[in-house]
Amino acid sequence: MILPWLILIPFIGGLLCWQFERFGNVLPRWIALLTMGLLFALGLWLWATGDFSLAPAPGAAPQWAAEFQVPWIERFGISIHLALDGLSVLMISLTGLLGVLSVLCSWNEIQNRVGFFHLNLMWILGGVVGVFLAVDLFLFFFFWEMMLVPMFFLIALWGHSGSDGKTRITAATKFFIFTQASGLIMLLAILGLVFVHFNQTGVLTFNYADLLQTKMSAGTEYILMLGFFIAFAVKFPVVPFHSWLPDAHAQAPTAGSVDLAGILLKTAAYGLLRFALPLFPNASAEFAPIAQWLGVFAIIYGALLSFAQTDIKRLVAYSSVSHMGFVLIAIYSASEIALQGAVVQMLAHGLSAAALFILCGQLYERLHTRDMREMGGIWARMPWLPALSLFFAAAALGLPGTGNFVGEFLILLGSFQSAPWVTIVAATGLVFGSVYALIMIHRAFFGPAKADTTLPGLQLRELSMVLGLAVLLILLGVYPQPVLDTSAASMQGVQQWLGNALNQPVLAR
Amino acid sequence: MQLTTQHFIALLPLLITSATVVVVMLGIAWKRNHTLTFGLSVLGLNLALLSLLPALGVTPIEVTPLLLVDKFACYYMALVLAATLACVTLTHAYLGGESGKGYPGNREELYLLMLLSAAGGLVLVSAQHLAGLFIGLELLSVPTYGMIAYAFFNKRSLEAGIKYMVLSAAGSAFLLFGMALLYAESGNLTFAGIGAQLAANGLPSMLAQLGVGMMLIGLAFKLSLVPFHLWTPDVYEGAPAPVAAFLATASKVAVFAVLLRLYQMSPAMAGGWLSDLLTLIAIASIIFGNLLALLQNNLKRLLGYSSIAHFGYLLVALIASKGLAVEAVGVYLATYVLTSLGAFGVITLMSTPYNGRDCDALYEYRGLFWRRPYLTAVLTVMMLSLAGIPLTAGFIGKFYVVAAGVQSQQWWLLAALVIGSAIGVFYYLRVMVTLFMAEPNMHRHDAPFDWAQRAGGIMLLVVAVLAFALGVYPQPLLELVQQAGLVAVLP
Repeated sequence: MILPWLILIPFIGGLLCWQFERFGNVLPRWIALLTMGLLFALGLWLWATGDFSLAPAPGAAPQWAAEFQVPWIERFGISIHLALDGLSVLMISLTGLLGVLSVLCSWNEIQNRVGFFHLNLMWILGGVVGVFLAVDLFLFFFFWEMMLVPMFFLIALWGHSGSDGKTRITAATKFFIFTQASGLIMLLAILGLVFVHFNQTGVLTFNYADLLQTKMSAGTEYILMLGFFIAFAVKFPVVPFHSWLPDAHAQAPTAGSVDLAGILLKTAAYGLLRFALPLFPNASAEFAPIAQWLGVFAIIYGALLSFAQTDIKRLVAYSSVSHMGFVLIAIYSASEIALQGAVVQMLAHGLSAAALFILCGQLYERLHTRDMREMGGIWARMPWLPALSLFFAAAALGLPGTGNFVGEFLILLGSFQSAPWVTIVAATGLVFGSVYALIMIHRAFFGPAKADTTLPGLQLRELSMVLGLAVLLILLGVYPQPVLDTSAASMQGVQQWLGNALNQPVLAR
Repeated sequence: MQLTTQHFIALLPLLITSATVVVVMLGIAWKRNHTLTFGLSVLGLNLALLSLLPALGVTPIEVTPLLLVDKFACYYMALVLAATLACVTLTHAYLGGESGKGYPGNREELYLLMLLSAAGGLVLVSAQHLAGLFIGLELLSVPTYGMIAYAFFNKRSLEAGIKYMVLSAAGSAFLLFGMALLYAESGNLTFAGIGAQLAANGLPSMLAQLGVGMMLIGLAFKLSLVPFHLWTPDVYEGAPAPVAAFLATASKVAVFAVLLRLYQMSPAMAGGWLSDLLTLIAIASIIFGNLLALLQNNLKRLLGYSSIAHFGYLLVALIASKGLAVEAVGVYLATYVLTSLGAFGVITLMSTPYNGRDCDALYEYRGLFWRRPYLTAVLTVMMLSLAGIPLTAGFIGKFYVVAAGVQSQQWWLLAALVIGSAIGVFYYLRVMVTLFMAEPNMHRHDAPFDWAQRAGGIMLLVVAVLAFALGVYPQPLLELVQQAGLVAVLP
């Protein structure tokens, strides 16, 4: 019974924030903080108490650590069906943590329409949790589309105008159109799958467990798989579909960037792991080399573009493209080590990208610019922030001792066996990674100072957020075993699906 | 043919509506009183809605060869009556109260025209005969000429009325010519008879195909499908807001319902190049409707173009014609009616009471959220619903249409639908963002402060809550529509 509450808590909290705005600007912030704290605590509690050796795997009905089902739209066999396994509990805990952080980091930044801002923030996170829990394809799509609207408002109403004359509304609209159109393609694929299943069995259902049993011809499977892949590729973002991301990041308020990079991108990876691969294993196996090379391309292209940016938030945004490329390679590698690496990389990137965006936000609050050409010499002008930025930049380039290193190492190690060339080229991405990470530090914090005045230091709130993230990132880097244990069963299942399909002789397909 | 009590019971909704027209007319002749006229109209429409219950008990029944009252007809009668009721409520708010403010001319006749038009809609949705179709269609259209030009001292309104009259008459001429050709070919005027006759000859002859094509043109005029859409934006802009709401809802629903029945009862009509023609019309409506709406700065024109696109989506289900199609049309029309009523309702309340020009320029809505938060919430829900975003009724409608399209594998149409909705999202978002932007210094128009306590406002809130509730829990509507099928069609 706890699963629906995970979704309802943010929605209710958001409504309360909106209604309690009339009693001043502080109350909504506290309500939002409490809501997110509660979500985070529930996530951790589930993680601590759940049995995550249960996870869906091929050949049997999916098993879950927790499950919830009530009928919803009986006409189509749609039910509100939620389920939890190791992968989802990790993602939900990350969502809770970043939810708390995004409330904290907008404490000073957002000064007008506070209640409505937090309504949107909470609803995004509620939608994301819904995506991580839904195992009914209609419900999944429902949440997938629903979280776009509050994100749109967040960027369009509280965003910053871009440096090159692009308005925040353009960025928000671009984000919305990209994800909405690709989502509709996924809807077509979902319905295609449902009707294929219906024609075989005469049962109209959107239930994940039933649809897993669908038998399809190779051509149909490939096309339906592509429908899913396009939707996830846009959100991921895989390179030809990425152009919304830098704009949205650059124009979004800090909390928006934190959620976007930290969690929204992960919903796409989660979607691939949960739906695209298990539902269409054969087509995915056939498609795997293409997807992996797309990942390689994203790594290098993202890194190169990141290097060329002058806007510090756009730089971090492109680095996300690069980092998510590693995850894409791992997902299609059919190696359990690499898949585990992908989970760690997702968490680590969630933490480090969130931290970098929070730091960018703090810098922006003090300098009122995101242009690195107007920074420089900040190391001498304020304590803490430059050093912490250096730490997270180093984490982003995969320094041993941070979670990112564990993730990237496992991914490269696991993929080498099945796809050596992909791995070799992807590994060069690490070199590019250090180039852009260091150039960011160099341009922003070293060099001649543009002014002599000291900048106000970090407040306790600001400092504790970033320090906390640093501690977590080091913990993940030094002792990733709890995470690996939690996701082991889920990743095994995914590995078996793709592995079985890959090992089948070509004729049998 | 002998008329029994049962026949009269089946006809009750139509009889009551017609009686209301007479009573309202006599009432106006006796004493002009705005509130009294409004009250009589609302009473009549409510009675007509209630009379659907006994009518349902005797369905399906053929009342004269012209009309067939079945569950399908009852469902669409309910939609037409409910939409008319909502429009009448909006009209009352729009024309103004008893005091001097508001519409300066005679107010009462607008109700008369609207009721008359609704009666036409009732005939149309139960027509099973080409003569019934024509009578219904003309009864529906002719009063709307007067309604559109009701604010005749406003140049645009008058212009729109004349434009609609000329084009509508042209459409009717096409329709009549098509009917004549079909009759010449098949010697029959009932839908089922024509279908049987055409199917018996194998491939329909050239003459019959031409006839069907011309009928299609006539109906496409009324539904404003591309390329017969040119009147739509001007008429939507010129017509007084509640009349535009009526045009977008009751009038279009009735015409689409009869089109659906025609295609379902004589499927042979869709054979050969005619089905390709329909597909082309659908794709063109989706793409051009959305493209033309992109750069509109006038909310009414924008909604006009968007309605072109929405009827393009509906054609997808019509062309699919099997499986879920009939249900999909039922659900989509219901959600579309709800959404359009909401959107036009907000425009109406913003322009209330009438003062010469409707509040339809987009800039007049800038920052509305900070002045009228709940009214803005209503409009936001409606825009999201038009764009088909989850949590709103529009999403369920769109989901149904897409499901019907996937089921019958209309991939080209679905591709157009995806592209069309991606374009559509752009302008719906533009409207939404406008509502939340910083306030400009001057604003001429605003809804009255107590809008939510008046009949129009309450109706609007109900519509918004329904649009949200059906988006979250659509099962009741789906069950209703499932029972309103023409024949027992399972997916």
